[in-house]
Amino acid sequence: MTAGNGPVGAEAGRGRMRAAAFRRTDLRPLAVAALVWAVMAVPLVALLAIAASAVGATWPHLLRSVLPGATVTTLLLMAGVGLLTAVTGVGTAWLVAVCRFPGRRALEWALVLPLAIPTYLVAFAYMEIFDYTGPVQGAVRALFGFHTAREYWFPEIRSLPGAIFAMSAVLYPYVYLTTRILFLMQSARVMEVARTLGATPWRLFLRIALPMARPAIAVGVSLALMETINDIGAVDFFGVRTLTFAVYHTWLNRADLAGAAQLALVLLLLVLLLIYAERSARGRQRFHAAFGGQEPAPTFVLEGWRAFGAAAACFVPVAIGFLMPAALLADYATRRMEQFLDPAILDAALHSVTLAAATAVATVLVAFALAYAARLSRLGAVGLFARLAATGYAVPGTVLAVGILIPMAALDNRIDAAARALFGVSTGLLVTGSGAAIVYACSVRFLAIAYGSLDAGFTKISRHLDMVARTFGRRPGRILAEIHLPLMRRAMTAAALLVFVDTMKELSATVLLRPFDFETLATLVYGAVARGAFEDAAPAALVIVAIGVLPLVLLLGSGLEGAAGSGRRSGDQADRSSGMSR
Amino acid sequence: MTNNLSGPAGRILAGILLAAVATPAVAAGVVNVYTYRQPELIQPLLDAFTKETGIETRVIFADRGLEERIRAEGRNSPADVLLTVDINRLAAAKEAGVTQPLKDEAIEANVPAEYRDPDGEWFGLTRRGRVVYASKERVPENAITYEELADPKWKGRICTRSGQHVYNIALFSSMIAHHGADYTKNWLTGLKDNLAVKPAGSDRDQAKAIYAGQCDIALGNTYYVGLMMTNDKEPEQKEWAAAIKVIMPNANDRGTHVNISGMSLAKYAPNRDNAVKLMEFLASDEAQRIYAETNQEYPVEKGIPISDIVASFGDLKADSLPLAAIADHRQEASELVDDVGYDDGPSS
Repeated sequence: MTAGNGPVGAEAGRGRMRAAAFRRTDLRPLAVAALVWAVMAVPLVALLAIAASAVGATWPHLLRSVLPGATVTTLLLMAGVGLLTAVTGVGTAWLVAVCRFPGRRALEWALVLPLAIPTYLVAFAYMEIFDYTGPVQGAVRALFGFHTAREYWFPEIRSLPGAIFAMSAVLYPYVYLTTRILFLMQSARVMEVARTLGATPWRLFLRIALPMARPAIAVGVSLALMETINDIGAVDFFGVRTLTFAVYHTWLNRADLAGAAQLALVLLLLVLLLIYAERSARGRQRFHAAFGGQEPAPTFVLEGWRAFGAAAACFVPVAIGFLMPAALLADYATRRMEQFLDPAILDAALHSVTLAAATAVATVLVAFALAYAARLSRLGAVGLFARLAATGYAVPGTVLAVGILIPMAALDNRIDAAARALFGVSTGLLVTGSGAAIVYACSVRFLAIAYGSLDAGFTKISRHLDMVARTFGRRPGRILAEIHLPLMRRAMTAAALLVFVDTMKELSATVLLRPFDFETLATLVYGAVARGAFEDAAPAALVIVAIGVLPLVLLLGSGLEGAAGSGRRSGDQADRSSGMSR
Repeated sequence: MTNNLSGPAGRILAGILLAAVATPAVAAGVVNVYTYRQPELIQPLLDAFTKETGIETRVIFADRGLEERIRAEGRNSPADVLLTVDINRLAAAKEAGVTQPLKDEAIEANVPAEYRDPDGEWFGLTRRGRVVYASKERVPENAITYEELADPKWKGRICTRSGQHVYNIALFSSMIAHHGADYTKNWLTGLKDNLAVKPAGSDRDQAKAIYAGQCDIALGNTYYVGLMMTNDKEPEQKEWAAAIKVIMPNANDRGTHVNISGMSLAKYAPNRDNAVKLMEFLASDEAQRIYAETNQEYPVEKGIPISDIVASFGDLKADSLPLAAIADHRQEASELVDDVGYDDGPSS
């Protein structure tokens, strides 16, 4: 791609284009955004309807005994996970992006591996590792000659701090991924100027790099937090009473689906606040792209203890978030090798991969339509629709599934009735009886991830490009095909890979929406967990991790190719921008 | 049928297009089971049923939301039989209107009246006691009552899983049924104050905590002890089980709180005849023996022997309170758990 930063006469051209855009406001993007929102919001609307079906009956109780505690716990959990993922993600991203030390290349991709491990697995793993019978306390007892738990103090892993630790261990890569790319892209000129003025690496990091990376950090942290809010597996293990936990027990123990839906809406409110915070942090992002220089960012070659410290700082998160849990699963799996030969596990793996691939494609298409509509239109409503469409991430999985079941089954029954009346044939349950409902549910859930990725990608493509193309008489369709799609290819691949990995891990919605005798790897794990025999789940869990690792390696591999390396950073503004989204 | 399409892509994508063929509302020789019981536990039974009758079984397993699914599916729901653990969920399914009454002599002959719904909308299949696991080393007592668990002498010595877990909710409901809400609230506060740690984990984890010396007594279901004792894959669980003894609470007065797993005929059951055959089979001597032997449960049918391990726990004298009375108090029990902040653990 040519035509990067400010071709001849851009100023005058921009003025004319603005005037043109003002004269005839194109309503098509608005229509697309509204339509997509309507499709993705169906479960949320159903949720609203359920919430409205019995207003207030349980609220005196919820307000008195549930909401205050659960809200505080949820906020503390979010604060803890937000802080820990931000520190870990930003710190490691800075080290691998700007510093040079032994092992950097391997660590650069290894740092993303924890994403392959679902939160419920990491929670289980750390309960095993830090529990009384686990290796850590065993070593403590052996060292000091203790015999029972009462003779010494040991931090209780089944606690809020334990949950923060375990969840952050696998969620920090969201921050790492978004921030690392930004550090790689950061204007060399700004950094050079800072260095010329005598800034030390630390000052450069704190005063220049960190403030500039703020929007990327906000994107990553908000993804990690939505995953945190939604989780039921880990918080259940650790005895952490979050709002999501309250949603489930209100529904199941008090047969109060309406009350549960109302609590879920409180959660949704939290997410809207998150999105708002993220948007306001991201508001200045265009500023960075405009500063883009031609030279690669400076690197700091670390030596001696500094090099060792950097390598260790990057290795620890990999060990905690990936190596240790994976080793534990592998240990259990070695005692269950026969399961790997069971055709059931292969069948489940095929189901998982098919669902994840279908969801990835569907979600990226939807997200692209939304992000493109938001780019084309200057109407605030378009962006609003787009952001609202991506709030499904925060709804607890099973509740989202119920929100999908009700309207979809109603649709199924309509179709069936019509088919019977017209053709005398029963169609049965078309959507809810097949896997389609799962794909739909996961698309609603993970739209936020894909949209965030693509929206950021679009932000990095200079609008001057569109204007120039328009000036040369290209129609929007051709601009899309010739400019945006090629530039967005990497962002789309990255979004698809992330959605793929997340769908592989998804559990709650899949379980309730599946057809007869339909197992995925996650449901196999779940079956064993439900029996209280987590160990039996190890082989299937290990396959989830193994399949999840592959796209993650691809994800980073493609990013490295485009954005890192010293000699290849001479690409123009547009090309470099496209790498930004990963 | 979907099964004829080989690939998963066929199942999912073509399934959408061919659903007319893929999920017929009525199919000969099939029975559709929606289950809250884990598939591994019921599969041996379903296999035996298919072998005997030639009727194919199809299963959907989830641990929540199946009533909502049946209700949403409405008249086209393929569900024939709903299998459920816990009395409260059986009652909830009936209240949700997703079951239908069944009058069947064969089933009624095997399932005693106290373990089935008077209207025939649910039938118990197995029983499990909610008992006390106690440290063999540190607890000399061999008898205990649920009421005594709130006695300060147990301060800092008790472990349980979440108070909101269905098994605990059912136990707390039975306390409300016997003593009223005010008493139960005080009792629950006392029990909470006696906790050694914050409630978390599963029943097995409580046994592990006793083994570890974190606490001396815990609440748990009977069959977990049997399953831990026979766990060859993770032999360390045998050690946990070896560290505890089972005490049947209230053995000397009203009896131990017992919960059930059970079954219901789904409201729109498209394969009703096959569904009834399956339900009769699940209540039969043959099936009842399988529950006892492989899952260490108490069969509901009288005269079916329990496993040697379960027999070693001593005689089970079941609380004679009607199960329906327990279900009536579940909401109250769940609210009390919140009100006393049970899951926050001991106040230090």
